[in-house]
Amino acid sequence: MPESFAPQSIEELITIINWAKSGVHPLEVLGGGSKRTLGRPVQSEMTLSLSAFDGISEYQPEELVLTAGAATPLTDIESELLNNKQMLAFEPMKFGKLLSTNVSETIGGVLASNMSGPRRIKVGAARDHLLGFHAVSGRGEAFKSGGKVVKNVTGYDLSKLMVGSWGTLAVLHEVSLRVLPAPESIRTVLVFGLREQQAINVLGKAMASPHDVSGAAHVPENLIGSFSTSYISKIGGSVTALRLEGIKSSVEFRCRELLSTLSVLGEVEELHSHNSLQFWADIRDVIPYSQCNRAIWRVSVPPSSGARMVADLREHLAVDAYYDWAGGLVWLALEVGEEAGANVIHRSVIEHGGHSTLIRAPINIRSAVSVFKPQTPAMLKLTERLKESFDKVGILNPGRMYPGI
Amino acid sequence: MEMPPPDQSIISQRLKIASDLAGIVGESNVMSDEVSLKTYETDGLTAYRQIPMLVVLPENTKEVSDVLSFCSKYGIKVVPRGSGTGLSGGALPLEDGITIGLGRLNQILEIDFENRCATVQPGVSNLAISQSMESEGFYYAPDPSSQIVCSIGGNVAENSGGVHSLKYGLTTNNLLGIEMVLMNGEVISIGGKHFDSEGYDLLGIATGSEGMLGIVTEVTVRILPKPPIAKALLIGFPDNDTAGRTVAGIIAAGIIPAGLELMDKTAIHASEKFCKAGYPLDVESILICELDGPEVEVQELALQVGNIATACGATYSRISESEEERQRFWLGRKSAFSAAGQVAPDYYVMDGTIPRGQLSKVLNRIAELSEEYNLTVTNVFHAGDGNLHPLILYDANVPGELEKTEEMGAKILKLCVEVGGVLTGEHGVGVEKRDLIGEMFNEADLKQQQRVKCVFDSQHLLNPGKVFPTLHRCAELGRMHVHSDNVPFPDVPRF
Repeated sequence: MPESFAPQSIEELITIINWAKSGVHPLEVLGGGSKRTLGRPVQSEMTLSLSAFDGISEYQPEELVLTAGAATPLTDIESELLNNKQMLAFEPMKFGKLLSTNVSETIGGVLASNMSGPRRIKVGAARDHLLGFHAVSGRGEAFKSGGKVVKNVTGYDLSKLMVGSWGTLAVLHEVSLRVLPAPESIRTVLVFGLREQQAINVLGKAMASPHDVSGAAHVPENLIGSFSTSYISKIGGSVTALRLEGIKSSVEFRCRELLSTLSVLGEVEELHSHNSLQFWADIRDVIPYSQCNRAIWRVSVPPSSGARMVADLREHLAVDAYYDWAGGLVWLALEVGEEAGANVIHRSVIEHGGHSTLIRAPINIRSAVSVFKPQTPAMLKLTERLKESFDKVGILNPGRMYPGI
Repeated sequence: MEMPPPDQSIISQRLKIASDLAGIVGESNVMSDEVSLKTYETDGLTAYRQIPMLVVLPENTKEVSDVLSFCSKYGIKVVPRGSGTGLSGGALPLEDGITIGLGRLNQILEIDFENRCATVQPGVSNLAISQSMESEGFYYAPDPSSQIVCSIGGNVAENSGGVHSLKYGLTTNNLLGIEMVLMNGEVISIGGKHFDSEGYDLLGIATGSEGMLGIVTEVTVRILPKPPIAKALLIGFPDNDTAGRTVAGIIAAGIIPAGLELMDKTAIHASEKFCKAGYPLDVESILICELDGPEVEVQELALQVGNIATACGATYSRISESEEERQRFWLGRKSAFSAAGQVAPDYYVMDGTIPRGQLSKVLNRIAELSEEYNLTVTNVFHAGDGNLHPLILYDANVPGELEKTEEMGAKILKLCVEVGGVLTGEHGVGVEKRDLIGEMFNEADLKQQQRVKCVFDSQHLLNPGKVFPTLHRCAELGRMHVHSDNVPFPDVPRF
């Protein structure tokens, strides 16, 4: 019995899944494998590599749609889009530095995790950009859903179920994505020296302004030194940042407006294209925590609760935090200890409304604690039944999300 | 339209059921007399009518839950209904089913400016959400044409779009959370005021599920600050091809307008006659291109769009000089359906989406079909996202004309799929496109969708007869084998 499969065609993929189904052989589904150390470890000794499903099969820039094999490297897609001045607007994360891996993300893996970057607040998440797919379910049946056009309500939107399902429902082999024009110009307005709660208030006000902010983050003083641009890392205090994108004249206008509104709060500054790009890539890819070996959590809460939740947590745990999504996305770091703070963090997130995911921790911790916020009994029941509806005997990435799922 | 065979044993218990339901929602919230029931016999797709067995109007989540557990216990079918403006017959009643009207759940529960979201009950109209926060400079982006009347609950069920969905997305892209009652009466809360969810995206699957997975009793929507200004360009073209190339040119230039709408000659003339929007009459088609944002951006982009159009061969171009004029440009577009109603006794709205590049091919083929069937077609088109609305004009009083219209409509939708598009962009499958769904999906595709249905409603009591041409028993779906990729749906037995 081989320990890894790499089907070369859809027919082979179907055959392997049917074989695995009939003998109940669990499979760990891999695009590139960049996120293997993220989340609960899969209870499987065999891997199913999608490496053969690689390449962009259809891309007409003026249709704003791109179709590719699930194992197409993210960087291939992004560079092809860039050649046509377009982008995946949800800014998929690159986990390499945080998880210490050289393996390239694949588009399938990006979708399986639904992790979106700073622009999520403006354009939506990965889940908002998958238009359709072809897959083989854990039942061994080839099926498809959605289409290759932006506006489509034909049938249930199974694309939504696929995104964020960590490969536990079906094996995607072809995906069609919505793409958008890349902005002509980018600037970032920085405000220095704000404290956490004050910073979140400022981010919230900026989001409520008509300036069309596409990134809103706050980094406290102690993490600034880790940023990759020297311009940022040399700043001796906290940084609150707002990104503006679009055509040059509009970006310049909005930048001036924000600078003048915010200058009453303290020292302000603006970053131009190159430094802006690097700063937001660092925020997206969790660069502030890439050099340490602490446990890392990703928490999504109502934006105005971000700093409050962290303040609550600090009554029980020594956590570092920085904020994206105007306070709604909190990246936490703390010593691994016995349970990486899992119980306290989940409890606090449940209280504030939101969800929490353990992104990085040693395998013994990830096997023992709830990596994803535990679900309510009603939701867990639906989760189990959905899993069964796609993967009756539980062969696709079992245990990746929850015990048995 | 063939619907699941009515269960006579349920119908014979009608009065007993009415009195039991009165015990849950109060006597005044149960309708059983013919006159009241008749007002619920159809929705926005008036070609299909059926008087419901009973209508219930619950006033809160608990009542919805109690009604559903009661119906679940006795095997009574349920059809949820918002404002009844749907265009695919999603709220078409059943002879042996209860229509649950959500109109009395009509409160705006909370507007949370700090978190830029609002929580409302499902019966609140789409426009009322925006109006409730207008003074603070916020709005809810999706704006279906029926927004004055259509309910947010219905918008969730249908994943409604609107003329601004190109830039701001559909309903599904603007939701944060819902409270939903399952068929067994269980109340679940999905999402909240934060982004995305842990676990499977139940919010995503519930949105656009056409009232078949649960009844939504609360909706939390994202709200946005209003853009500083909006201007519309009205551009005229000597032929549809030029208009199509202009649309491609705008997108290729990296511009995503707030709205990008195309109307063909018949639609222009009908609208102009109906509401005098000031459209040029000596052109074959017009584009309305709306740009919003800071003034400097709008002006620069308007100039660019104008130049692209001229380079493509546009013969008319005008930019709105005032808010009043911008509204007038839109008035003609938004009245396109009503205008069609003025020139013909009946009209049938189609809703396919096509890759933008196929526009001129599809319009030419529609013109041929129009001649072949001797039925006038007017076309309005959300050109930005490729969503085409051909309106077939007909007279239902002429024997055979409805059937002829439906046949031609089916050919148009098949054409949309053929060129790489889909059957419905925003109106939903409902009963209208139910029997065409096999054009897009094979049996395996549909079975997987039905398995998802079974997760939420294993007895098929919630809105049966919609979306799927064949209802398989849930147990049966577990052991079915798919032999062929192309099962011809017209031949398989229905129900």
